[in-house]
Amino acid sequence: MARLHPNGPKPTQITAGRIGLYVFLLVAVLFFTLPLYTMVVTSLKTMDEIRLGQIFSLPSKLDFSAWTTAWSGACMGTVCVGIRSGFWNSLAITIPSVALSVFVGAVNGYALSLWRPRGASVLFGLLMAGGLIPYQIFLYPMVRAMATVGLYNSLAGIILVHVIFGLPLVTLLFRNYFVSVPEELCKAARVDGAGFWRIFFEIMLPIAVPMVVVVSMLQFTGIWNDFLLGLVFAGRDNLPMTVQLNNIVNTTMGERTYNVNMAATILTALVPLAIYFLSGRWFVRGIAAGAVKG
Amino acid sequence: MKRKTNLSATFALLPTWLVAVVVFIGTMAWSINLSFTNSTIFPSSTYVGFAQYAKLFSSAKWLASLQNVLIFGVLYVGGCLLLGFLLAAALDRKIRFESAFRTIFLYPYAMSFVVTGLIWQWMLNPTLGIQASVRSLGWESFVLDWVVNRDLAIYALVLAGVWQGAGLVMVIALAGMRGIEAEQWKAARIDGIPVWRIYVSIILPQLGPALAAAGMLLAMGVIKTYDIVVAMTNGGPGNATEVPAKFIMDNLFGRQNLGLATAGATVLVLGVIMIVAPFRYAMHMHSKARGAR
Repeated sequence: MARLHPNGPKPTQITAGRIGLYVFLLVAVLFFTLPLYTMVVTSLKTMDEIRLGQIFSLPSKLDFSAWTTAWSGACMGTVCVGIRSGFWNSLAITIPSVALSVFVGAVNGYALSLWRPRGASVLFGLLMAGGLIPYQIFLYPMVRAMATVGLYNSLAGIILVHVIFGLPLVTLLFRNYFVSVPEELCKAARVDGAGFWRIFFEIMLPIAVPMVVVVSMLQFTGIWNDFLLGLVFAGRDNLPMTVQLNNIVNTTMGERTYNVNMAATILTALVPLAIYFLSGRWFVRGIAAGAVKG
Repeated sequence: MKRKTNLSATFALLPTWLVAVVVFIGTMAWSINLSFTNSTIFPSSTYVGFAQYAKLFSSAKWLASLQNVLIFGVLYVGGCLLLGFLLAAALDRKIRFESAFRTIFLYPYAMSFVVTGLIWQWMLNPTLGIQASVRSLGWESFVLDWVVNRDLAIYALVLAGVWQGAGLVMVIALAGMRGIEAEQWKAARIDGIPVWRIYVSIILPQLGPALAAAGMLLAMGVIKTYDIVVAMTNGGPGNATEVPAKFIMDNLFGRQNLGLATAGATVLVLGVIMIVAPFRYAMHMHSKARGAR
């Protein structure tokens, strides 16, 4: 049994069981890839070809016009400017939200695990509970509070909201990471006269770089994919790509242009997919770390 | 660390304290308070006891949305666990190109619910989607009209959801399977136990805690289900795919029925507690039992 070497040599005998196994895997591959394939071929067809009702056929002639329309001309209601502003909005929302939430979460995790000031466990418990509760219960008071301080429907407002709701998960991941750091490291630095912030910036943050990468990816994907918070807090001028995509597809007047819709859908999925495919193993580490929070 | 010199640590945690107390506790208390008033567009301070809850549970739409989320939740969580476990077990059998398979099974999880909903809305489009393609192959009576069929629309959501979430379970289950000792395999194989029995009777029980954590994660997502419904069916046809989170959003921002919406949100929070509490208890007992060993 070479169980400890899953990538070892292929077993030589071909049994019915082995064949069944590969058949199952290939069917699964079809199930998982057909939707992506369909999106891509649909986005490259003309509407005339789509009306033939052959969703799986390859385009007879590659037509990229749906992509340009999706990017710069698709209509949301009566406004036809494409999804590009959503792309830039999503970047403007996501990058500062990720940077801020990862920084604050890292400081939290470090303080909660290596310094444990009074009330640390209470705070941690509150954060974890807050992370489990559906957003709907926070929304209305949050809207009112944001409006009072003039942040409702603003870029700063939606970034703040993402940082707030990102804190539970980010703090948890960093706390779990720093808990495994030997406490002596921190103690030795303190004997040398280093304070809270110096130890953080000069020792702990450099150690935690892998975690920073994992958490940043997790947060980037999560915030990019957010729909609800962007819809409620971002305001018309800052609507993220997901919200604009839904508006393009589901509030169309007249005939639906499926090729444009699919091109816009792919464009919206492109950033998280790029992160996933370029950093596969890191992404897996991130979701595995996020999943054990139960 | 000594307690007296960590002023900086206390100070560094102040913003988070503020978030925890003001946002998590404060706004929740505010919402729950509103659910006992007759607030409509604006908050009112006229308390009406449980009237909003009575109204909520006599609303056909709310009851339909509860039923829908229950059906969706059971099938979605069950489907993800089953498919994810099967995929993990298959990949555990010394497969060629394992990492390519893994990449393919997990990629939907990187995409948003909005994207997932729109993809499947298109695939299941009754006039131009899969149904039309299969019919043109000669199977004229083929029907795949889930998204527009009142009785089946909820299953369309399940299909899309499982497509998106099964990879997560696969990753967690596969990690668990790789942690099982080779000795157990040897012993079971010497006893002549068939491979599928080993997976069901020996490996599955050991993966219990990991799968329970994955299931809980998915169940939490079920309660929050909103985006995928908005993108794919917008609650229709009729009330066939209405869900509680959407009911609350509609009443908060569309119908301006604050009291009813906050009552619904309070019920959702209770739902979360009902899912989390038994899980926490089980985990607690589990670790206790381990400690006693």
